Amino acid sequence: MSEFLVGAAAFILGMVALGLLRVLRGPGNADRIMAAQLLGTGGIAAVLLLGAASGEAATVDVALTLALLAAFAAFAFVKAKLGQASGESRPTDSQ
Amino acid sequence: MKLFLELWTIVGVLAGAFFFFAGTVGVLRFPDSLTRLHALSKADNLGLGLVVLGLLPLVDSVSAGVKLIGIWLLVLLSGATASQWIARTLRQSGPGP
Repeated sequence: MSEFLVGAAAFILGMVALGLLRVLRGPGNADRIMAAQLLGTGGIAAVLLLGAASGEAATVDVALTLALLAAFAAFAFVKAKLGQASGESRPTDSQ
Repeated sequence: MKLFLELWTIVGVLAGAFFFFAGTVGVLRFPDSLTRLHALSKADNLGLGLVVLGLLPLVDSVSAGVKLIGIWLLVLLSGATASQWIARTLRQSGPGP
């Protein structure tokens, strides 16, 4: 069973690595941050699979940290982008 | 029962891996940013959910299972919010759909 889980984790990591080609090709910065989001979600899945394969309970906390980092990366990107567009540090419309 | 649970794990993890594959293909092949965002935010989170469902029979306590599901819900929440914000920056910077 653990061989199967490790194999699935390797497959998902390969898919994520292929998706990172989008970082090279662009064309916009939004596309690049999307590929980084893909790395976040795929990394969480791979870490959970490896944790289940090895029986190490602490990997769940690693996955939680990855989730937090992916969310912060996206929010930092959006905040910088909206700050550029409106000339302020915050978006002006508050819906 | 043990066979059924192992089958559950295999089917769940395989389905999750398939959706990660679909998300990668979408991110690489779709023509513009908004369709790529659509492929990424849906397929990925569904794939993670299926992997978590598949891993549930392997946990040794109820709290560990709840933690796994909690991670998935957290990723869903942050992924949906981040996708909305990225789509908004795309609309503001480009001509729009």
